[in-house]
Amino acid sequence: MQEIISRLEELFAEGKINRVLGWKKGDLPYNPEPAYFESAEALKDFVYDGFCGANLSKYFIQGSAFEGVTAILLKPCDTYSFNQLIKEHRVDREKAYIIGVGCKGKLNVEAIKAMGIKGITDIKGAEIDGDCKELTVETLYGDKIVAYKDAMLERCHVCKGKEHMVYDELLLESADTLDGDRFAGVEAIEAMSPEEKFEFFRKELSKCIRCNACRNVCPACSCRKCVFDSNKFDSEQKANVDPFNESMFHIIRAFHVAGRCTDCGECSRVCPQGIPLHLFNRKFIKDINEYYGDFIAGENAEEKGPLTNFTLDDMEASERR
Amino acid sequence: MSIKGEEFRPQIVAFCCNWCSYAGADLAGSSRLAYPADVKIIRVPCSCRVNPMFILRAFEKGADGVIICGCHPGDCHYSTGNYYARRRMTLLFSMLDYVGIERGRTRVEWVSAAEGVKFSQTMNEFVETIRGLGKNVRLGDLRCKK
Amino acid sequence: MHGIGVFVCHCGSNIAATVDVKKVVEMARLEPGVVHAEDYQYMCSEAGQEKIAAAIREKNLKGIVVCSCSPRMHEATFRKCAEKAGINPYMVEIANIREQCSWIHKDIAEGTEKAVILTRAAIAKVNLNTSLVPGESLVTKRALVIGGGIAGIQTALDIADAGYEVDIVEKTPSIGGKMAQLDKTFPTLDCSACILTPKMVDAAAHEKITLYTYSEIEKVSGFVGDFTVEIRKKARYVNMDKCTGCGVCMEKCPSKKALSEFNAGLNTRPAIYTPFAQAIPNVPVIDPTQCTKLKTGKCGLCERFCQAGAIDYTQQDEIVTQKYGAIVVATGFDVIKLDNYDEYAYSQSKDVITSLELERIMNAAGPTKGHLERMSDGKHPKNIVFIQCVGSRCNDSKGKPYCSKICCMYTAKHAMLIRDKYPDVNVTVFYIDVRTPGKNFDEFYRRAVEEYGVNYVKGQVGKVTPEPDGSLTVHGVDLLENKQLKVSADMVVLAAAIEPNPAVRKIATMLTASIDTNNFLTEAHPKLRPVESPTAGVFLSGVCQGPKDIPETVSQAGAAAIKVVGLLAKDKLLTNPCTAKPDELRCNGCSVCANVCPYGAISYEDKLVNDHGVRETRRVAVVNSALCQGCGACTVACPSGVMDLQGFSNRQIIAEVDAICR
Repeated sequence: MQEIISRLEELFAEGKINRVLGWKKGDLPYNPEPAYFESAEALKDFVYDGFCGANLSKYFIQGSAFEGVTAILLKPCDTYSFNQLIKEHRVDREKAYIIGVGCKGKLNVEAIKAMGIKGITDIKGAEIDGDCKELTVETLYGDKIVAYKDAMLERCHVCKGKEHMVYDELLLESADTLDGDRFAGVEAIEAMSPEEKFEFFRKELSKCIRCNACRNVCPACSCRKCVFDSNKFDSEQKANVDPFNESMFHIIRAFHVAGRCTDCGECSRVCPQGIPLHLFNRKFIKDINEYYGDFIAGENAEEKGPLTNFTLDDMEASERR
Repeated sequence: MSIKGEEFRPQIVAFCCNWCSYAGADLAGSSRLAYPADVKIIRVPCSCRVNPMFILRAFEKGADGVIICGCHPGDCHYSTGNYYARRRMTLLFSMLDYVGIERGRTRVEWVSAAEGVKFSQTMNEFVETIRGLGKNVRLGDLRCKK
Repeated sequence: MHGIGVFVCHCGSNIAATVDVKKVVEMARLEPGVVHAEDYQYMCSEAGQEKIAAAIREKNLKGIVVCSCSPRMHEATFRKCAEKAGINPYMVEIANIREQCSWIHKDIAEGTEKAVILTRAAIAKVNLNTSLVPGESLVTKRALVIGGGIAGIQTALDIADAGYEVDIVEKTPSIGGKMAQLDKTFPTLDCSACILTPKMVDAAAHEKITLYTYSEIEKVSGFVGDFTVEIRKKARYVNMDKCTGCGVCMEKCPSKKALSEFNAGLNTRPAIYTPFAQAIPNVPVIDPTQCTKLKTGKCGLCERFCQAGAIDYTQQDEIVTQKYGAIVVATGFDVIKLDNYDEYAYSQSKDVITSLELERIMNAAGPTKGHLERMSDGKHPKNIVFIQCVGSRCNDSKGKPYCSKICCMYTAKHAMLIRDKYPDVNVTVFYIDVRTPGKNFDEFYRRAVEEYGVNYVKGQVGKVTPEPDGSLTVHGVDLLENKQLKVSADMVVLAAAIEPNPAVRKIATMLTASIDTNNFLTEAHPKLRPVESPTAGVFLSGVCQGPKDIPETVSQAGAAAIKVVGLLAKDKLLTNPCTAKPDELRCNGCSVCANVCPYGAISYEDKLVNDHGVRETRRVAVVNSALCQGCGACTVACPSGVMDLQGFSNRQIIAEVDAICR
């Protein structure tokens, strides 16, 4: 972490950057939050550790409006989102100084809590400079040792890789964290009967409180005005008056980001109700890959997305599996 | 065909493109090729005008089946519209399968202006399928909050 | 909206027999906004229209719903009627209760119920209708034809004869195109040059036609009726006004190593050249890659010998900007490169040639002065094998999936001409199918077989091997006899597939005209609008649209010309008002919509917006309503629902859905 801070101080000193978009310490040891740092002095609150899962790409939409150059810290998976935003002209590449930072898997405090660990006061071992093998969870009831891997976010088990897709310079090493099958969850649902599928989603979606956290965090959901807030479809939020947006929200949201979603997993990470929202996005990704050829949104900033493209002999809807 | 008190009468929305399928429906009409009155057509300029929102809205408002009809691939009045529609509908319907909606409730069919017979047959088949599936309860509200 | 009138038509008994029209009127009155509802026997009749007009005036109606036959039948009628009565024609919706209701339902209760629902949906929609006004755009009365082959020449002549200015842009030094290279034409066997050159002269002499030869399209902007085009006139290094076309320069030029394009590379031409003797304009160009003077500064012989003083080594490319109302693409074709077909030994033997090369060999102005000779040793061949479908009808990526269409006929022509002139030569043709649809085509082919004794073998050729003695062995198969064949030949002629001129991709991109996977330009409708591109104001002539022979090309050229004339005859164009319209304040400027627009109607501008007090410059989508045809692809691609389609708006369609599912 010190390496990053020193480098940022250097960049400030050289006048190459006007501010930094990074993470600052939260009120708890495991909830750092995205923040702008306007000077080298402000960096005292800067943090980059295993809990910095937040994808900063979307914040750069705001950052693009600022004067001068903003240094933005992006993990390998975040760079896909950033590229996608470049492609959609939502961020100004010229105003970004992208520091690609290494990643050894990001942590999920909910996973630790799910192990039955309560009363957490501090967590040690989440420093990116460490070996990231073990966490010491200090609780009101004594210390607990947890394997780093077991506390990782779902998305890190299906990591897209250590490569940054877009950057100006790179700092820190990354580690391989891939040990799962990205589409296993989707396949498990596909194997269910329609009744079981419906029951599964009914159960999950019934938890939704429409807090819009998924939408607000999603780098693909970057619309100035969301369609759910628009009167153009009679779909604007009228609490409990019109159930349309309530019932269809997640399907429509997933459709709107289909072909643009980089599978960054932020939606599932931030859902306060723990709904596995990535299962919607990943279904579209899996279908797109199978039906129209492998496509990774954000791999570059030029290629046409699968929903703004076609071939003359695309399969028919009736041939879907 | 008479309206019997107990018989299930599905609510079916058919989106038809103006240039081919709507004309195909007109031909079915002028050829007196009957299909059930359960089918109501909404005219759109092109199948690519059909927003997934419209389809989900129909289901939410109580439709039991939704069918999209457009020009055959290669014959689109706007040259490429139905190709986009094909991808969109394939992915949307696949998603609906995935959340447990009965597969038969959604359909895409390419009907040319000359295919009155096909239009009528397709609608007869589709209504038959939906009658077999019964009332759409699942897509009314996925969250099933009463 | 308050003030909706509903008019239910009986259509004699067509509707009234299975729909209780009185009930529909009664139910319509209950719908919100409806202030008037009536029925009449024939709404489309003069009396019916008068009823509508009277109601509009007396009850001050804002919008009307006519429950009648299909809108495809009478929407225009009722729109005109509404306009006459003083409301916007787009405030009219039709409930189709005939084709979609009374004609297909026998039960009156069922028919009535459905008619009521369809009426309800139309009322719900008209409630949200807005007045739409077709835009107007002026028409520049001048046409551009890209390509100076027979397609372009014919199109230009027809347009010019109708009295409009036409410019032909041709990238080579002369007009004439591929037809100028042909020796004879099927099925009449008349000399190609004899029928083409008079047309070339006509085009050059026509007061309404301007030729831009040795020129290319650099940039296209604008839209139907108002295109602006930049044309690059490449430096000829010869002053066109001074040159007399005497040809001394070509004789004196010492650099004569360049392969002649016109003679399909079979012989050479000087660095200063006209492609052929009848070239129009008859003004040579200097090939800067060959000219010693331009490369090294030494030589200058042509300048010294030119009595007219026309040589100008300092000439530069020139850009001409011109406005046009319509553009015709007539970029034609090329023969495919045979790199993928090494099994036929094209690159190994000079005696394996393409049919176009044979045209030049057979032509009196060609490299052999029209004598049938082998290119390797100048000997007279005794056995000639023609191989059909080289690169045509291929399923793999090596060739083209389509039929090149002209090869069967020109091969029959060549076979016949050779057998006629040289009865001692044996001619064998290997074919997959012989396709001869066309006037006098099959008769022609049968003459080749029956009268001229051409040996047609159904089967493909696996390979051609050059032998040490200079002959060629053709390894083929006779499918009808089911046996392998080895034929010894002195010359092998490949019917190589034709493909659109590679330059067409760039041109299509500039014109935003769509192109298919084989690089043929796409027509607006494959059956009903075959000479129009989906891009308004762009028309197609000749092989750029698909393989065709000369008579077909000429017919299409004429058809394209009449479409252009039809357009140029108008002073103003009315544009379809049902176009896409973005909500500037909500637009992300993400470019997704432009990606799916088949007409290139969407562009992006950095615009100063005032978003509820926030003033800032934003990148927003802008729709050119003269280009937009209203398909709606963009409206669904737009993730935030900012793009909407006028006349078929999101809210209108959702209102219909709700009304139907109520």
